[in-house]
Amino acid sequence: MPMQLHQDAPRLQVPDRAEETAKMKIDRATWAGQAFARYDRAAVMRIARAVAEAGHAAATQFAEAAVAETGMGVVADKVLKNQLSAHPLVDFYENLDLVSPKVDAERRMIELPRPAGVVLALTPATNPVSTLYYKTILAILSRNAILFSPHPMARRCCNAAAARLAAAAEAAGAPSGLIQCIEEPSVPLVQALMGSAKVQVILATGGGPMVRAAYSSGNPAIGVGPGNAPVYVDPGTDQTVAARRIIDSKAFDNSVLCTNESVLISQERDRSRLERALRAGGAHICSEADVAKLRDWLFPGGHLNTAAVGKSAVWIAGQAGLRVVGTTRVLVAPVALVGIDEPLTREKLCPVLGWALVSSAAHAASMAQMILRMTGAGHSAAIHTDDPQLALDFASALSVYRVVVNAPCSQGAAGFATHLAPSFMIGTGYFGRSSVGENIGPQHLVHWTRLAWNSDPSVRPGDLDGLRAPFAGPEAAPAVPLPFSAPASRPVGEGGVDRDLLRELILQELRDLTRGKS
Amino acid sequence: MFNYGYFSFESKAELLAKSIEYWNPGKTKFWQDAGIDMVIDRREGYYLYDMSGRRLIDLHLNGGTYNFGHRNAELVATLKSALDYFDMGNHWFPSVARAAFSEKLVKTAAHMQYAIFGAGGAEAVEIALKTARYTTKRRKIVSIIKGYHGHSGLSVATGDDRFSKIFLADKPEEFIQVPFNDIDALDRALRGRDVACFIIETIPATYGFPLPDDGYLQACQDLCRRYGTLYIADEVQTGLMRCGTMWGWQSYGLEPDMFVTGKGLGGGIYPISACVVTEKCGGWLHEDGAAHISTSGGSELGCIVGHQVIDILQRPEVIANVHSVADFFRRALTQMMAAHSDIFVGIRQRGVILGLEYDHPEGAVAVSRALYEHGVWAIFSSLDKRVLQFKPGVLLDVATCQEIIDRMEAAMPRARALLRDMRRAA
Repeated sequence: MPMQLHQDAPRLQVPDRAEETAKMKIDRATWAGQAFARYDRAAVMRIARAVAEAGHAAATQFAEAAVAETGMGVVADKVLKNQLSAHPLVDFYENLDLVSPKVDAERRMIELPRPAGVVLALTPATNPVSTLYYKTILAILSRNAILFSPHPMARRCCNAAAARLAAAAEAAGAPSGLIQCIEEPSVPLVQALMGSAKVQVILATGGGPMVRAAYSSGNPAIGVGPGNAPVYVDPGTDQTVAARRIIDSKAFDNSVLCTNESVLISQERDRSRLERALRAGGAHICSEADVAKLRDWLFPGGHLNTAAVGKSAVWIAGQAGLRVVGTTRVLVAPVALVGIDEPLTREKLCPVLGWALVSSAAHAASMAQMILRMTGAGHSAAIHTDDPQLALDFASALSVYRVVVNAPCSQGAAGFATHLAPSFMIGTGYFGRSSVGENIGPQHLVHWTRLAWNSDPSVRPGDLDGLRAPFAGPEAAPAVPLPFSAPASRPVGEGGVDRDLLRELILQELRDLTRGKS
Repeated sequence: MFNYGYFSFESKAELLAKSIEYWNPGKTKFWQDAGIDMVIDRREGYYLYDMSGRRLIDLHLNGGTYNFGHRNAELVATLKSALDYFDMGNHWFPSVARAAFSEKLVKTAAHMQYAIFGAGGAEAVEIALKTARYTTKRRKIVSIIKGYHGHSGLSVATGDDRFSKIFLADKPEEFIQVPFNDIDALDRALRGRDVACFIIETIPATYGFPLPDDGYLQACQDLCRRYGTLYIADEVQTGLMRCGTMWGWQSYGLEPDMFVTGKGLGGGIYPISACVVTEKCGGWLHEDGAAHISTSGGSELGCIVGHQVIDILQRPEVIANVHSVADFFRRALTQMMAAHSDIFVGIRQRGVILGLEYDHPEGAVAVSRALYEHGVWAIFSSLDKRVLQFKPGVLLDVATCQEIIDRMEAAMPRARALLRDMRRAA
């Protein structure tokens, strides 16, 4: 007999309902994905637009909900991120057709896009709704079904947002079940789902262990490693402008974007000039004592205090025992060492910026590498310089796949102040133990079937143009609960005189109909 | 060697011989003669494995008993958890499992009040018929020709002669049968105002799922009301989401006085059935609650499984899956019929209940065999062998559904050849 822990504990061991239901959601997603794979480009874009519009319209509501639920970030900035993950994202991929077959008569090839099927998508607590918007639109543009497993801290806002987008998609003609969300996420549940043979690809955003778990699941996964962007300000550039960009970037949504600058690197000779510029931008430059207090509070035992993530500079200063003015946007902590010897040069996800001094641009690059060697490889870096050659040399020395030049790194690396693909998944590639090194887009959720004809000119391939695209389109009226019977449906022995004739006519009609359709 | 620990067989042949010797020679030989040499061994999900190791996709489901597939993991875990605490229980006393399950069941139908439990469908039908007689103080019972409600004393008398006459259990003076979809015939049968109840499967399963004509069931219910006859919906095969709604009668907008459920209610792992009745029909439960007794009816283990069965069926994911499966087969089978119209001539469908019509009096027997040879197990309708019962489960996934269609398509030439032989032999 099971032990009774206390009076109200269940006397029977009930199977885990969350897990059983989640498995059913995967099946539902498979059905939806199978149906969606029959949609043509126009239908897909109509649904993408409808979802973008729903997301845009609810951007504020869900930004408020996310901040209220997680306690992270800034409402106004989250509104902006949500908005950017709606229409502008669809705009960006407007001309990328991942739906229609591509005919290359010259190379005698036809390429047929094949959606993955079911995408299992994790969303982090830091950018819950914007990530959900972004992954949903990626899934739609690539004709995939998507199932979200939100971070437990953000499950309510994610479920509400997923339901809103799902309703908009369905209203625009999408199959039911295309966008779903786990109601009661947990670590064991997401691990069970990641291992499901019915999941085709995992889009893992989250902490390092979760991303590693995705890659260890046995399923194809696109996971991205942590950021820890070093930013170098070259003496030759306008220090005031550079400082403002960096401060704006760090203050943006309280640094929850993994693309935010982590450590500022500048030359010793610019120190006071840059310090003034940073102060003017709203930074508090920490004293040596401040830095010690900040380090102790932010990295107790050497590990990031997660309470700090997404919190404001003023709040963090208060917690750490620093006296700062109420308008402080960023805490700048000058450090003598970087890398494993200085925790303040790790990823912080809050408006605290390490600041290290170097003597030359080459030294800046090697220092940046020391930082990235510790954490953040494959992710992002930034440079402020008027010299493109310097930027190129800096980039080529670093183990990162994007170097943002003269722009705020938070937004720039995520494609919102540069021409990079707008993204909440920053591929960290082989430097960062990831399968993709660019900003993740819908093209990563599609593989292509290639029909390749004999290249021998004497073997004629026939006319490759004007082929019928394999789109049957959405289902007709559902079979449930309406009864369906075609065409003979009476029990034996009730046949009328013209029944056989009638049956033949109906069958003929049916044959014509299906022939035209398929 | 087939060693099962408790017993063992040298071979499948030895098992078949013992089966003939000790169990049921007729049934055992029938399948051998039909070319279906299946002895179900291992089973999992919607797959059955013959003793030979050959895999079959199960579209028979024993009339919905395996609605969730075989040994559904969640239900097995449920039963195991119940076994850690309960046993069958004592039918004399109120019990937590029976109270909770009857409430769960009754609340699936707004106008119902009590759930009376049995161990199998026939017992639940028996309860319904007895309840009708108690309530109306009338003796006569009307059912449809080729209807099927089980094999116990009263229930078997409502059904086909084949099952009653052999045991001298037909009672023509009390049990009247009318043709299906013939509302005038029912009117004539009820007009004397001496009929206790009219019992009908919402879609007659063993008859091959002929669909009720538009308005037929409603007209039946109206006639019952007019003549003071109780309307009993037999939902053993049509209930539990198989019509796309929890109970088939709900999809027809009916309000039966009683309905009967069984088979899938026990999830294929613990037998339980129920007759669900309105307050009006619950009189005997007040006068003498022990008037019907069943030691294994409403066992607590069954109640816990049944409770979970209803709970699973109420999940939006499952409801969506039923709709997807139904849509899939409607589309795929319509296409298949267009391509094989010489033999495949009709589709009857409501939700995941389908009857496929073949152009020969025993056409479905041939198709069933051809499918069996191609790894799909679907049974013909006993009372209309033109019709193949095609019963996909509510949890079927895309891959299995597609495989079923691919295998059916592959089986068509063989079915055609078997039918040709049958025609020649005739």
